[in-house]
Amino acid sequence: MLESPKLTRRSFLISSAAVGGGLALGLNIPFGGPGVVRAADGSPEITAWVVIRPDDTVVVRIARSEMGQGTLTGLAQLVAEELECDWSKVITEYPTPGTNVARKRVWGDYGTGGSRGIRTSQDYVRKGGAAARMMLVQAAADGWKVPASECVAANSTITHKPSGRKTSYGKVAEAAAKLEVPKDVPLKDPKDWKIIGKPVKRLDTVDKLTGKQVYGADVKLPGMLNAAIKDCPIFGGKVKSFDPAKAAGMPGVKKVLQIENAIAVVADTWWHAKTALDAVNIEWDGGANEKVSSASIAEMLTEGLSAEQAFVHNQAGDSKAAIDGAAKKVEAVYVYPFQNHACMEPMNATAIYTADSCKVWVGTQNGEAALAAAAEASGLPVAKCDVEKLLLGGGFGRRGFTDYVRQAVLIAKEMPGTPVKLLWSREEDMLHGKYHPIMQAKLTGGLDAAGNLTGLEIRLSGQSILASARPEALDKGKDPFSFQGFWPTGEHSLEYTIPNIKIDHAMRNTHVPPGFWRGVNINQNAIFLECFMDELALAAGKDALEFRRALMSKNPKSLAVLNAVADKGGWGKPAAPGVHRGLAHFRAFGSYVAACAEVSVKDGNKVKVHRIVAATDTGYAVNPAQIERQIAGSFVYGLSAMFAQECTVKDGRIEQENFHSYNSMRIAQMPKVESIVMPSGGFWGGVGEPTICVAAPAVLNAIFAATGKRFRSFPLKNHGIEWV
Amino acid sequence: MARLTINGKSQAFDVDPNTPLLWVLREQVGLTGTKYGCGVALCGACTVHVDGAPMRSCVVPVSAVEGKKITTIEGLAVNGRLTKVQQAWLDNDVPQCGYCQSGMIMAVTALLDKSPKPTDAQIDAAITNICRCGTFQQVREAIHAAARA
Ligand code: FES
Ligand code: FES
Repeated sequence: MLESPKLTRRSFLISSAAVGGGLALGLNIPFGGPGVVRAADGSPEITAWVVIRPDDTVVVRIARSEMGQGTLTGLAQLVAEELECDWSKVITEYPTPGTNVARKRVWGDYGTGGSRGIRTSQDYVRKGGAAARMMLVQAAADGWKVPASECVAANSTITHKPSGRKTSYGKVAEAAAKLEVPKDVPLKDPKDWKIIGKPVKRLDTVDKLTGKQVYGADVKLPGMLNAAIKDCPIFGGKVKSFDPAKAAGMPGVKKVLQIENAIAVVADTWWHAKTALDAVNIEWDGGANEKVSSASIAEMLTEGLSAEQAFVHNQAGDSKAAIDGAAKKVEAVYVYPFQNHACMEPMNATAIYTADSCKVWVGTQNGEAALAAAAEASGLPVAKCDVEKLLLGGGFGRRGFTDYVRQAVLIAKEMPGTPVKLLWSREEDMLHGKYHPIMQAKLTGGLDAAGNLTGLEIRLSGQSILASARPEALDKGKDPFSFQGFWPTGEHSLEYTIPNIKIDHAMRNTHVPPGFWRGVNINQNAIFLECFMDELALAAGKDALEFRRALMSKNPKSLAVLNAVADKGGWGKPAAPGVHRGLAHFRAFGSYVAACAEVSVKDGNKVKVHRIVAATDTGYAVNPAQIERQIAGSFVYGLSAMFAQECTVKDGRIEQENFHSYNSMRIAQMPKVESIVMPSGGFWGGVGEPTICVAAPAVLNAIFAATGKRFRSFPLKNHGIEWV
Repeated sequence: MARLTINGKSQAFDVDPNTPLLWVLREQVGLTGTKYGCGVALCGACTVHVDGAPMRSCVVPVSAVEGKKITTIEGLAVNGRLTKVQQAWLDNDVPQCGYCQSGMIMAVTALLDKSPKPTDAQIDAAITNICRCGTFQQVREAIHAAARA
């Protein structure tokens, strides 16, 4: 796949599926050569991952995208570790996706989603660093006419041990770049790591504090125009008619145009473009979808809860017999809504089109998919297109899609030679998301007379992301990712051992486009399972921790994170007056996560989340300080969703248009998050997403402990809950 | 025509007086550190100082700030010397994506000008910016660190 010369959009999507376990990269990934490749400033590339400047500056190439999650710093740590370079001299750059294609995908996969940024590239980026170190050492040894085995590298300095002679990476870089890249590249034993595993500071902070950092929305190019857009708010609908006359005469306006099912205004400034767009009278034709509402979608999903046909993904024993014959039967239905990513920076892209080239500037989670979109929309071959990747003002899965890139290129195509920046208003962003899938679940459990869980059935009914976004990744029609956290084995496995079990999915797709939303399907699945576990424990008359522990004895890593939060969270010990606790555990993206939340409830509806103790076992932990920040940040995202966020559908369109009706956590609501990063070694688990799913059920279980009320539909604002 | 004093520099702009200050800053002055997040005073990404007070520039017509002193994120550090808030942000590795942080830093700077040692309750009341990455824990720590500095 590395040497795929044919870059159809489809092959991009397949190669970079946001879920599905990364690209099968062989150990023989080309690191560059033969012949010296030079960076833009003329400095030599040692391997494709490492450029060394004469002043010893080390430029580490980063293929994945940085959207706040810290992957850029983590990947640089991995390269620097094996390179044995001076960390204080490390800077980073993004090779463009077009260069990657031209160089036979030397940097591998650009896709940044599914918490894969580090775990699926750690092997080859470390090798890229190690190979460069070997070449630098060899070059120094050649210069001294001594065997390389007598030389060691540390901190960007090479020392000839017998004679004590020293030289620096910058001095031997030219000679090293001319050497053959070694074939056999051994990696360090993790116990010898000096930079991996350390809480080093991020490499990309200063410009974010001074206003210098350029995001997609900030791109400025000579002669650039600005565009605002309104796509048909009823998904799948069309423009029936529009009257451009008034807008065309407004200040700064250059063009009012229809792009597929959208109307766009191009003007000198975005403010002019947006103001004029608001003056265009547009009539939409939503077709049959105009009749779709939240109620009609809910009805369709509810029907799925008892439908005959469903895709089965986890089955063992005879769940029906176990439940029918149980001493006690527990049943509950949970409902999870559509949600928008609401990245802080609305979607945008800047494009310039000429008859034989197309270039795009964009914050994207998938540079190669953006390149494919540019090629497809411009009608030009991939080789004539390229993408400059910029820092993302939040991604969370939304920026793995390229709908806005396509729009920007189509607009730029109407104005050849002129760069045009397309920026969505917040309203456009809210109306044209790739929404968190909507899902209902019916859970049924059977307990024996001793209160042991003998049978469990979970019927999911709702949307499949893959069916809409990556149909080629479906498994005979089934979407395995709908079952994240419920898999029989693998990186999203169910960690409870239950003798009789059946988990299936009645796929019910809607016209509202679903997308990968931080955590993907673990947000709802963890709420379903982990709240229900508390319901079962209650029915069994058992402590929620003991009930879980008894089912987890075969999974020591899961048990360890659960015990860690129970211990630090003070489970079983008295809490402060009025404070109640709740637990949750899950496995996703290869990592093991758990949380213990503390809440208090005043006046029956004012919920305060005081503290959440969280644990994660990610196998290896590249940067524990950044992992802590991802844990706390994921809780902000997950709890905002649970308390406050829902996109409802009326007349075929989303009703929420801005933060007044789609609220997000503020600092006053932030609980104290105490993180336990407990890497047990031997595997690489995800960081950005897994922890998000335990905050909500832990808090819900604590709310139950405080009030005796079990909430089963979300967000909680719909139940009159006030989040204080 | 609007005459504005931005980061100590007085400049005249040929804009409609109703244009929000945010867009004059970003598109006329070229200061893109001030961000657009919602356009309706809900998120705080566009926060600047007008005569020292924090304001959400997306809803301030440029006509309302003529003759007033406007400070943007670009106007905080003098000759590359970070302010104590910026320094605390750096020391505590606060930003994730960073998109909300200009507004966050401007809001916090104004808070510390008024209340040099804010309590948690004062922070909760004054800082109502949205951060979708969820940096609040580090923001709170950095505010206290800046107050101590
Ligand atoms: S952009 Fe001004 S408050 Fe959101
Ligand atoms: S740091 Fe990304 S929105 Fe705040």
